[in-house]
Amino acid sequence: MWHVPEPESSHSTDFEVHRNWLAITHSLPISQWYYEATSEWTLDYPPFFAWFEYALSHVAKYFDEEMLNVHNLNYNSSKTILFQRFSVIFTDALFVYAVHECCKCIDGKKASKELTEKPKFILSVLLLWNFGLLIVDHIHFQYNGFLFGLMLLSIARLFQKRHVEGAFLFAVLLHLKHIYLYVAPAYGVYLLRSHCFTANKPDGSVRWNSFSYARFISLGLIVFLVSALSLGPFLALNQLPQVFSRLFPFKRGLCHAYWAPNFWALYSALDKVLSVIGLKLKLLDPNKIPKASMTSGLVQQFQHTVLPSVTPLATLLCTLIAIAPSIFCLWFKPQGPRGFLRCLILCALSSFMFGWHVHEKAILLAVLPMSLLSVGKARDASIFLILTTAGHYSLFPLLFTAPELPIKILLMLLFTTYSISSLKTLFRKEKPLFNWMETFYLLGLGPLEVFCEFVFPFTSWKLKYSFLPLLLTSAYCAVGIAYAWFKLYLSALTDPPAGKTRKQ
Amino acid sequence: MEKWYLMTTVVLIGLTVRWTVSLNSYSGAGKPPMFGDYEAQRHWQEITFNLPVKQWYFNSSDNNLLYWGLDYPPLTAYHSLLCAYVAKIINPDWIALHTSRGYESEAHKLFMRATVLIADLLIYIPAVVLYCCCLKEMSSKKKVANALCILLYPGLILIDYGHFQYNSVSLGFALWGVLGVSCHWDVLGSLAFCLALNYKQMELYHSLPFFCFLLGKCFKKGLKGKGFVLLIKLACTVVASFIVCWLPFFSEKEQTLQVLRRLFPVDRGLFEDKVANLWCSLSVFLKIKDILPRHTQLIISFCFTFLSLLPACIKLTLQPCPKAFRFSLVTCALSFFLFSFHVHEKSILLVSLPVCLVLSEIPFMSTWFLLVSTFSMLPLLLKDDLLMPTVVTVMAFFIACATSFSIFEKTSEEELQLKSFSISVRKYLPCFTFLPRIIQHLFLMSVITMVLLTLMTVTLDPPQKYPDLFSVLVCFVSFLKLLFFLVYFNIVIMWDFKNGRNQKKVN
Repeated sequence: MWHVPEPESSHSTDFEVHRNWLAITHSLPISQWYYEATSEWTLDYPPFFAWFEYALSHVAKYFDEEMLNVHNLNYNSSKTILFQRFSVIFTDALFVYAVHECCKCIDGKKASKELTEKPKFILSVLLLWNFGLLIVDHIHFQYNGFLFGLMLLSIARLFQKRHVEGAFLFAVLLHLKHIYLYVAPAYGVYLLRSHCFTANKPDGSVRWNSFSYARFISLGLIVFLVSALSLGPFLALNQLPQVFSRLFPFKRGLCHAYWAPNFWALYSALDKVLSVIGLKLKLLDPNKIPKASMTSGLVQQFQHTVLPSVTPLATLLCTLIAIAPSIFCLWFKPQGPRGFLRCLILCALSSFMFGWHVHEKAILLAVLPMSLLSVGKARDASIFLILTTAGHYSLFPLLFTAPELPIKILLMLLFTTYSISSLKTLFRKEKPLFNWMETFYLLGLGPLEVFCEFVFPFTSWKLKYSFLPLLLTSAYCAVGIAYAWFKLYLSALTDPPAGKTRKQ
Repeated sequence: MEKWYLMTTVVLIGLTVRWTVSLNSYSGAGKPPMFGDYEAQRHWQEITFNLPVKQWYFNSSDNNLLYWGLDYPPLTAYHSLLCAYVAKIINPDWIALHTSRGYESEAHKLFMRATVLIADLLIYIPAVVLYCCCLKEMSSKKKVANALCILLYPGLILIDYGHFQYNSVSLGFALWGVLGVSCHWDVLGSLAFCLALNYKQMELYHSLPFFCFLLGKCFKKGLKGKGFVLLIKLACTVVASFIVCWLPFFSEKEQTLQVLRRLFPVDRGLFEDKVANLWCSLSVFLKIKDILPRHTQLIISFCFTFLSLLPACIKLTLQPCPKAFRFSLVTCALSFFLFSFHVHEKSILLVSLPVCLVLSEIPFMSTWFLLVSTFSMLPLLLKDDLLMPTVVTVMAFFIACATSFSIFEKTSEEELQLKSFSISVRKYLPCFTFLPRIIQHLFLMSVITMVLLTLMTVTLDPPQKYPDLFSVLVCFVSFLKLLFFLVYFNIVIMWDFKNGRNQKKVN
């Protein structure tokens, strides 16, 4: 992974967030970690991540001691930045290892003699040079490479039938970043169904008397031990409620300042359009509409004007309803690790579509595992391409400064060109990957980008409707992502169940 | 995968690397009063926009020639004028006369970097892509790999997008010239080369091979018939292009002379700063500058230069073929670099371009040369704070070349094009079979010295008595290696074409 440090181009808040956490874990005792609030970027990841930052802070003190002072808000000396950048690159080693393990799980049935046309090679490029990961980790700064490495490694272990290791890795992952709760149902159901029940009846349904208590207990023990290690100290200090309130801040709005391209973005966009129409047609009373939603910015959405407002409980219900069919599929029609992977992706996508205060970076949770499926079947490849192109484009607003504009466009073009052309070549013997509608949609991203970044800033609408580019981006990508989600569901539900002879 | 997808991917990779390097520091950043090349280019935009043409090259109260006076031919001035017009639309403060001196801002840096990228995209990159597509006897994958390696050459990227210059324009035009002349579009090729020459006078390093090759072609076609017609056409093209470019400066004799004086500052001495050529390296032991008078220095450097490049040029005139042409470009430019007057370290790029062109024929030696050429500019790059991009781009380039051409497997005598030479030597010395092994060992030693010197320069402080120790060491070591390459390339030309008619590959 090449990388060039950029001193001025992006000091996103994430730098300060992680510097603050290094400071908190290094200079304060454990009892203060989840209470410390000098900076607005309080610790809101589970305890294992705090321990990870603690370990990093011991290396950090050789670079620049000042960054470990809690009161040095926004401290960003060049040594600090150097250390942080290197820590991301260093921890990415785990991601590289995980990609290596995943490539071993891909069978090379379609392999041609050319190295660049082998599915393993294509998969490793799609994962290692994933545009979203590059942007979020290396330009924007987060530790997602390391975390996704753990997730991909646990998936690889499940493919290799090393279930206990996979469960352990996932448990550790959960306690590093709780966003992976989105996919926990898939893990739970799969491990229960395919690991604890050791045999199936001939028609594929569960054989109840083959339940292995030993396996169930071993899994349970692993999860319990990991959780105890993580939450134990805070349980002893009676701080669990505080920890949970930091981890799950429901006081935030339905959508944050830039709407992630999910169902609620379309919902809110529709609401805004209807309210504008309603005002023009004098059906609505301007006084009753909250001022915030009519002013220029895209704001954290608390209330809708025309359509009913959405509560956290409603989103939870929607998410559960969306996940349910795939979970039932996993239980009643197990297809081995591949089925598990599909269910995992569907869980991640459904939670993205219907979750509360979803960040657009969460699309990577679905995109990266989907890469594994994309080199297997042509249908999965086309779904993957739509999902990933729309998903990556929706990350554009994360980089908004002028020096980053050519980089994000070039990297996006690079990844998109490579992924489309390599997958097209891999599946050239089957029918074309895209129908006319999908091609049109993908091509439409170009004019959209030109309009939002180059034309709009020079028009007169900039002042009155300054939120318009973000709204358009969000809505356009949401359409693509919803379409991919729908198609994936269809393929999951209509796939025939695996027989005993199918090698997975 | 289809060739066009691959080629697009490669071009996008090249552009991405270029723009990422350009986010780093530039020459003279934050260093008043003189700043660096970046300020020079901005200053030229200011001068060409605000002053009439007649005053561009003259010293006046508005145009102080000691503060980055124009010292490139007119085409550079016209290019600066074009950029200045764009700058005027965006922010006139950037080019306001006098007040914009030393102007530095994020937006301005973005603008300047964008001008380099656009010029590169319009001129250099299409030339590289077209050149690689026209290569014969190669699979399309190899052509694309070749394009990738050429586009990733670190020296050009670091100087153009880091230090800040417009070398890609002149090198791009020269490459169009090479392309035209190799594909038998001689008039267009020579037009392109004249444009290159009118952009930077250093392209004179390439002029002799062009001249000899075209002359050789005319002779081959017969001076009494088609050859003569070609000669006339070429002469007219050259004269016409020069007239068009220099038109505003031909109005008075004084104008032309002044421009020439600015382009060829013979008063400036045999060398300036530390550069990896003979005179600078010799001055470590023998202070030539002080011993010999100025005009003797000129004559000596002239003699050395021309004596070293004469054999290749004569051979090219007698047996003109594109392969000999490419190798002669290498040797002539290298001779000029090593022995000529007042050479800048950046002029190594003029040698690197032809070496990039022969990358597909001798991958091992070319990769080695290109690494050495980047290393020879190390003091300059370190001065501009470009250590990290240097390391990253050099590693990326090395990995790209090593995997595309599997260079470490191509070190046999045949692969190094030294077969005829070895056979001739074995007539007198039957045991002369160890050449490839010597070369491999030399490569290893060379890489170790380069890495060691880089580490030393970065981590250690030089002793008080010799503050320039590391730069001088870098230059001296690079000079020795470049001398080795001069000998090598000359051997390849002289011996390889001895059996010219027997060779199957005639391209």
